[in-house]
Amino acid sequence: MLQTKDLSYSYDGQHQLEFPDITCQKGEHWLILGQSGCGKTTLLHLLGGLLTPKAGSVTVAGTALERLTASQLDHFRGQHIGIIFQVPHFIRSLNVGENLALAQHLAGLPVDYTRIQSLLERLGIGHKTSRPPEALSQGERQRAAIARALVNKPALILADEPTSALDDVNANEVAQLLEETATDVNATLLIVTHDSRLKSHFSKKILLEPQQVQSTL
Amino acid sequence: MNLLKLSWKNLLYKPLNLLLSVVLFALGVGLVSFLLNVNHQLEENFNKNLAGIDLVIGAKGSPLQLILCSMYHVDNPTGNIPLESARAFLNPKHPLIATAVPLSLGDSYRGFRIAGTTYDMPELYKARLAQGRLWEENMEVTVGATVAGKLHLHIGDTFKSSHGLVEGFDEHEHDFRVVGILEPTGSVIDQLILTTTQSIWASHDHSTTATDSTAADAHEHEHEHVEVAPQMPDSVSLRKMAEAQRLELMNHPDKQITSILIRFRSRTNIQALNMGRNINENTDLMAASPPNEIARLQTSMGQGANTLRWLAWVIVVVSGLSVFISLYSSLKERKYELALVRVMGGTRSTLFLLIILEGLLLAVLGYAAGMVVSHSGLAAVAGYLEKSYRYAFASLKFLPEEGWLFLGSLAVGFVAALLPAWQARNTDISETLAKG
Repeated sequence: MLQTKDLSYSYDGQHQLEFPDITCQKGEHWLILGQSGCGKTTLLHLLGGLLTPKAGSVTVAGTALERLTASQLDHFRGQHIGIIFQVPHFIRSLNVGENLALAQHLAGLPVDYTRIQSLLERLGIGHKTSRPPEALSQGERQRAAIARALVNKPALILADEPTSALDDVNANEVAQLLEETATDVNATLLIVTHDSRLKSHFSKKILLEPQQVQSTL
Repeated sequence: MNLLKLSWKNLLYKPLNLLLSVVLFALGVGLVSFLLNVNHQLEENFNKNLAGIDLVIGAKGSPLQLILCSMYHVDNPTGNIPLESARAFLNPKHPLIATAVPLSLGDSYRGFRIAGTTYDMPELYKARLAQGRLWEENMEVTVGATVAGKLHLHIGDTFKSSHGLVEGFDEHEHDFRVVGILEPTGSVIDQLILTTTQSIWASHDHSTTATDSTAADAHEHEHEHVEVAPQMPDSVSLRKMAEAQRLELMNHPDKQITSILIRFRSRTNIQALNMGRNINENTDLMAASPPNEIARLQTSMGQGANTLRWLAWVIVVVSGLSVFISLYSSLKERKYELALVRVMGGTRSTLFLLIILEGLLLAVLGYAAGMVVSHSGLAAVAGYLEKSYRYAFASLKFLPEEGWLFLGSLAVGFVAALLPAWQARNTDISETLAKG
């Protein structure tokens, strides 16, 4: 389902980050742990096609990302990959429901308000559909971000520190909802975090070693 | 949810920026459209009222004033001319002159000018009767459509004239009686009250009493307003009657008129073309050529209009600049949103298009607001312009140039959005998202 091979990335052309090969099956939930600075976010961006690797390959649902053109990659991401960030951001001029509708439209899918409403209700914020994002609490906003990542029923869900900005109660709830909703759509879930509160939720873990940033010279 | 809706919501999210851009745009577009309309309608007005008149003969003075007074009824007369010296031009048998319209001006009724003339006048402006008949006896008047409409005049109504063009000032004691109303022509005759030349003489001649004014006063506005079927003589008999009226005027060499409008038999006849110069050099009269004078007037007015038009375009450019600045400065705070659009499946072109759409939307809104501003402005000044130019201004008339103005506005919006759109297109999504 998700497979990486010899993945490496370089910010400046001289120093490079190297990542272990990852293989995840469909519907599996993984935790990628590591201290800050070990390239967790970089890895997530590589997996999501937001960054182009220096070398190596990323294959999602049978598609090798490096074979796609820039706009094909954007379309692929919209349809098959849902991404959740540490701080949930939205298009401020749109309400929560419209943000989700935009995600459907940009992915080239028909806008389905029934799906949007039921998803938001599943995440316990069904009454916030027509509210502007800034009217939501931090926890509600992260749930709305989960809804946006899930609205197109992606094959792969990537989450970058989804709980580290939340208190214990919210962190637990969000982690649980993330797992449940990923299971709903049978998606592969990958959470990148250094939040130790999540360790107990997940059995499959990858540990990123703090990298000696290697010089290619 | 689509891109157009998203760009619209983005604009609405910053209402003050939206307002500033639209107001500036509207000012520029409004001013351009306003000038186009005023210029176009004045030109049209001047041209329509030229009515094929080749020469105007009047007392010596400013030729432009003579034209404005005799043809557009804007200015005061340059003075009067004795029929003694003018009678030759009224002769229907004159070898060079096809039509000669004598005018006796100077009096008015509630701001509308009374013109003593012959049937050559309605013939010249191709006026038709809507009701009643043309004036026959002295102190009978046939009024233009605008006069009848504005003053609610009906057949049988009577009124007193006043001296000059200012109402209620220095009233004459004699009563005019409405016997006919003309159909609207769109030319200056709509704004005139027509009567015999002799009526003007009579109302200025205080020793004679033309009508019994007390009897007329008594039934003023008391009768029923009945529609009177128009009785328009056919063109041939109208000309015959007009010529008879001119011949009659020629019998009063001791009297005066204000001016004569002349149409030549042939515009290529060299003698006719030299007639104006001959009159100016050899007589006490002055001859002025309407096309020449109007061309001169338009040249000097055109320079002012040109300056204003440049100013308007400067405002349009400034409004384009304001669109640019507002889009460009919004990019910084929207960087994360732009990256999100990419995360959700939007491509670089999507971002480019989004910002271009915002620029175009601003242009469309600005154009629409500008049209409202210019045409309501036109409506507001229409009253004033109608009074000073004797011409009904259409405020809801749209010119083809305003279509071009729309395309121009779109171009300004597009160009203003180009650089911000390019910037948005090149947003580094990974870096933006990593910074949060």
